[in-house]
Amino acid sequence: MENTSQISFDGASCPIPLPHNKTIVMGHGSGGKMTEDLIKQVFQKHFSNPFLNAGNDFALLPMQGNDLQLSVSTDAHIIFPLTFPGGDIGRLAICGTVNDMSMSGATPLYITASFILEEGLEINLLEKIVISMKEAALEAGVTIVAGDTKVVEKGKGDGIFISTTGIARLTRQVQINGSNAHPGDVVIISGTIGDHGIAVLDARGDLGIKTNIESDVAPLNHLISEILEVAPETHVLRDPTRGGLATTLNEIAKQSKVGIIIHEEKIPVLQAVKSACELLGFDPLYIANEGKLIVIAPENKRNAIISKMQNSKYGKNAIVIGEIIEKNPGRVILKTEIGTSRIVDVMAGEMLPRIC
Amino acid sequence: MNKNFNFSTSFRNSQLVKGVVEEIKRITTKPWTIMEICGGQTHAIMQYGIDQILPKELELVHGPGCPVCVTPLDQIDRAHAIAAQTNVIFCTFGDMLRVPGSSTDLFSLKAHGAQIKVVYSPIDAVKIAQENPDKQIVFFAIGFETTIPANASSIIQAKAFGLRNFSILVSQVCVPPAMEAILSSPSNRVQAFLAAGHVCAVMGYWQYHPISQKYQVPIVVTGFEPLDLLQGILKAIRQLESGTHIVENAYQRAVSEKGNQAAQEIINRVFEPCDRNWRGIGTIPFSGMGLRSEFDEFNAEHRFNVEHIKTQESEICIAGQILQGLKKPYQCPAFGNVCVPTNPLGAPMVSSEGACSAYYRFSLNREEI
Repeated sequence: MENTSQISFDGASCPIPLPHNKTIVMGHGSGGKMTEDLIKQVFQKHFSNPFLNAGNDFALLPMQGNDLQLSVSTDAHIIFPLTFPGGDIGRLAICGTVNDMSMSGATPLYITASFILEEGLEINLLEKIVISMKEAALEAGVTIVAGDTKVVEKGKGDGIFISTTGIARLTRQVQINGSNAHPGDVVIISGTIGDHGIAVLDARGDLGIKTNIESDVAPLNHLISEILEVAPETHVLRDPTRGGLATTLNEIAKQSKVGIIIHEEKIPVLQAVKSACELLGFDPLYIANEGKLIVIAPENKRNAIISKMQNSKYGKNAIVIGEIIEKNPGRVILKTEIGTSRIVDVMAGEMLPRIC
Repeated sequence: MNKNFNFSTSFRNSQLVKGVVEEIKRITTKPWTIMEICGGQTHAIMQYGIDQILPKELELVHGPGCPVCVTPLDQIDRAHAIAAQTNVIFCTFGDMLRVPGSSTDLFSLKAHGAQIKVVYSPIDAVKIAQENPDKQIVFFAIGFETTIPANASSIIQAKAFGLRNFSILVSQVCVPPAMEAILSSPSNRVQAFLAAGHVCAVMGYWQYHPISQKYQVPIVVTGFEPLDLLQGILKAIRQLESGTHIVENAYQRAVSEKGNQAAQEIINRVFEPCDRNWRGIGTIPFSGMGLRSEFDEFNAEHRFNVEHIKTQESEICIAGQILQGLKKPYQCPAFGNVCVPTNPLGAPMVSSEGACSAYYRFSLNREEI
């Protein structure tokens, strides 16, 4: 190593950026920044209307001559593998839509389901998934009222894609949406984060580790109606799915034009999820959940909400993880375990495992 | 060791952290510049806000220890040329998907039908080769001494299985020659190093004694938890303040002087030192690890005849100076506005271990907090 004198420093060097605005890449489906950009640049550009532009997981539709409002939500479900510890694509399809429409505080009533089936799919497996949908619908108290089936050639689908749409009724005089967080409110999470994402990753079998983590996929409508019994003045309800807790809180901070502080030591994460994330270079804050609820409500309701949630099987580990502030509108700030602060941003594109 | 001992909480204990920070403050009398070599350390520093609690006199600069950032553009272009071929399944660590070459990236190639698989280990690529005898499987073997042993194992396995459809595109680099390159540069500002804990877990730290002596710099082997990092910084400052320059180990639970000898043996069986171009730094003699001639059949550059691909980088961002510790990400005019993780101008913004991405994710507009 005596040749160091020959070293030449090239100095600045950089390739031309790739904006990915010509072709769809996997990152567009991550639920992070790329998804947000795609929605703005393609969908909202042409579909723009007040219901859509509200930016919620549901649309609130007024019924003429009636206090009643309808909450409508739609969702497409793709997942590999089709079954995983704690659930399958069928349970996911029902719970995903039940949860989206429930986030307005509405009572879910009816669901429709379309199936895109790939040639070669075993009918036994399809039936298993359909039974799982029936059970999830029963658990949530919704009825599957219409459906459609299409078949694509082998290689043109991933076994089965399910698209569901739901209708819910909103009778309560509640004003719950992502732009309603107020300074002074508390931020509550219903339980451990990251379980679903890591369970699915593990079920793919390519992590090289074996965990006992189960997906948390569950309908949240019963938990929500119990919360609203004791705290009808709740400001925001949101389920942190794709993009995880970090991305969802960022959306709320932007919609409500407030700052959100969360405390690292309060955020519940299963040890197994934590370890898997550290091994793979993931951050649990960005891992998907399918049965967790964020509640943002006035501070004076915290105890009533927490005790209601902890008594429900869907919210046993509910805990206050942070608060809403006036400063830093649009930003989420994490107080670390060692007493420092940092910004928590939205996820950029797809989460990628690191090298070493 | 106590089996209830929990690494992830014990090394993040805020009381213990405070104690070490107090000690660092007590002994620091002058400004010092310390380089953390590894991108993982940079991320931990930003993630836990360790730079916020250190005395103002201390400056931490990040080293060239991000494998994605230092992989040269022409090697990335070669990877893209191979991955685009119809008969190829191109296997890579996830980080490399987003790194732009001169005209495309692996994400875009995948969108246009290239078969690109994210693997967690090169051994997975060997398995894919066994399962797909009619395809050519190529693994993008980038990385430091931490990943080289697994790459070597994949070659030994492929040879034992007699696989004719497996090869690797090599862009492996070693830390000590890069440290020498930094220290011998006329613009060097680094006064002490936090050596990369995981690299040392494989290689030991016997290689660092001559560097420490020749350039009179303290080198402290350092881990990745907040307390590990602070211990490393404390030891480095003690040396700087007292004018000593030796190699110390602040990561004893993972690192020994000699390192993992089985891993070193397998590296040396398959690879040999070679000159290697580092993106943003230039060619550093004997800083790479290339395939030995007896394993040439597994060299993807030869199998796919891509050696002729040579690319000139255009000068837009300051990735080069950042990788050498000369500049901080926020000193780049592009940082945070035109250059963001979704639209990276330079490799340090791309990788999860890259310095710019760490700064962007964890500290953009930190003064607002």
